[in-house]
Amino acid sequence: MSQTAAAARTDTARTGARHGSLGDSIFAALATGAGVFVLVLLGAIIVSLFIGGLPSFRAFGLGFLATSDWDPVQQIFGAMVPIYGTIVTSILALLMAVPIAFGTAFYLTELAPGWFRRPVGIAIELLAAVPSIIYGMWGFFVIVPIMADPIEPFLIDQFGDLPVIGALFQGPAFGTGIFTASLILAIMVLPFIAATMRDVFLTVPAVYKESAYGVGCTTWEVMRSIVIPYTRVSVVGGIMLGLGRALGETMAVTFVIGNTNRISSSLFGPGNTIASIVALEFPESAAGSLKLSSLLALGFILFVISFIVLAISRLLLRQKPMPGAKA
Amino acid sequence: MKLVTTALAITLAGLTAAAPVAVRAQQVTGAGATFPAPVYAKWGEAAKAAIGIELNYQAIGSGGGQNQIINRTVDFGASDAPVEAPHLEQNKLLQFPTVMGAVVPIVNIPGVESNKLKLTGELMAEIYLGQITKWNDPKLVELNQGVTLPNLAIAPVYRADGSGTTFVFTSYLSTVSPAWKGKVGASTSVKWAAGNGAKGNDGVAATVRQVRGSIGYVENAYATQNKLVTTQLRNHDGQFVAPTLAAFTAAAENGDWKNAPNYAINLIDAKGATSWPIVSATFILLPKDPKDPVRSANVTRFFDWAYTNGGPIASGLEYIPLPKAVQDSVRASWKAEIKG
Repeated sequence: MSQTAAAARTDTARTGARHGSLGDSIFAALATGAGVFVLVLLGAIIVSLFIGGLPSFRAFGLGFLATSDWDPVQQIFGAMVPIYGTIVTSILALLMAVPIAFGTAFYLTELAPGWFRRPVGIAIELLAAVPSIIYGMWGFFVIVPIMADPIEPFLIDQFGDLPVIGALFQGPAFGTGIFTASLILAIMVLPFIAATMRDVFLTVPAVYKESAYGVGCTTWEVMRSIVIPYTRVSVVGGIMLGLGRALGETMAVTFVIGNTNRISSSLFGPGNTIASIVALEFPESAAGSLKLSSLLALGFILFVISFIVLAISRLLLRQKPMPGAKA
Repeated sequence: MKLVTTALAITLAGLTAAAPVAVRAQQVTGAGATFPAPVYAKWGEAAKAAIGIELNYQAIGSGGGQNQIINRTVDFGASDAPVEAPHLEQNKLLQFPTVMGAVVPIVNIPGVESNKLKLTGELMAEIYLGQITKWNDPKLVELNQGVTLPNLAIAPVYRADGSGTTFVFTSYLSTVSPAWKGKVGASTSVKWAAGNGAKGNDGVAATVRQVRGSIGYVENAYATQNKLVTTQLRNHDGQFVAPTLAAFTAAAENGDWKNAPNYAINLIDAKGATSWPIVSATFILLPKDPKDPVRSANVTRFFDWAYTNGGPIASGLEYIPLPKAVQDSVRASWKAEIKG
């Protein structure tokens, strides 16, 4: 049946080509245009960010990346603290989100009773649809007070005096800071990662899994030896999707990170990210000022970081080709 | 037939009666400072009803306001910080003040009520420099006999976004504390040595409310509306004053308007026994060579109306109207300097 339909379609296409080659070429041009447009748009954004940031790169050189100052009075700007904050909060967020996302997807595809999968699945999708400003306000008015008292004081009392790792748990308990920002980010990226993982886990052919069960594998062994190797590429893709969102997240982070241009050894210390400092400083930057240029330069750096993340993920996937990986 | 003509006449009469309002409702566009945005909004509503000028004001920040008027994309720009004279000259802009406002310190110390704690600019500078870190620091205790100050860490809170409020506050600290001037300085955003940043006046207010031992600074209106715990400050004459409208007005009246070029008056740390020390004016930037003289004239008509009739609205929102003499002097500048 489908073969007949396909044959019919090919026929129409041929007739179309014979009678309306103009229509075809217009359509082809439009489709090509749409494809090229995205590429040009991306290139234009990068180029304009780079040109905008050029005065700053000229003024500070490579030192821009290694300077932790952000002093609009002295006109000294450096990107080190925002870069550090962006990377640290994103990695911490992934460390928190990936295990939970994996657990959620594992539960939904292997363990949950059939009638329960749909409501949880929909809940995950809804979580992904919540606007970031809502996470920001919820974080600021609900999570921050809880972090300020009792969570952070408790952790500071318990771990603050330990050697080495004690440094991670010190300072006043503002409630805002790197840790709270990472927590909010983790909640925000969780649905993306969980939804991707669930979808790709479902693509594993039942026959593979059944064979494994047939030779006596436990559920976990099936997960580890069949499902994960088979879906590895897509799982990493889902995590990268989450990382991408975490790197660029602006509003929610701005609310809870403490917005301070200092690198603190403590997890509870305040910080900032590239996106948050750009959002906060942009409205008060005069046209043509070094500050505005530095903010655009930061935007360019964020682009570069995203590219590096993407490149690393591709590289990781290429190094260990798995026979089962088809996705 | 007669009925028809009568009906037509009535309709026409109705149209002509309605027409002048419709024709006269002219738009002026402005962009800039967030600090005076509430009063500009109220003035806009009232002026539309009174003189048929509709104000479309976008509070995008002082820096943005300056950019927009330099590019001439709006009819006027608004800025909390006065623009420097050469910059005004270069971009052919006339600068004039509209209203004044005050910045007040807010604190969250268990057991300390509003306007009981006494602070000085020097001590606030030391707090924000991270040199005084406890509320029971001897310097604070000595100043506040009779107030029980707990052994609690001070958590300074500041505006994380670039803002006119920060400019005013850091100008004050720079004026009274040489250490602050040397290490930090005054700007819409500075390199803070201690504390946490929050977004917007409301963000600072909410953070101070949430964090025990915190201190922050906000526009006065935010402190009154949210019933925050404010403090007394020592003024130029060495007197401790509470943040009241009377104290703000006293500071405005003691300002030296005559010797301020482009009205770029400095009301920070004003003289007078009852003056509040952190008061500042907010400014409008208007092209001296307007592209569209009619729109430009409507801008001046709007502010002329606001000077004459907008005082009560401004006071109601806790802004301080300009002194009469200054208003007249601004009106003279409009006539003299704007090409019509």
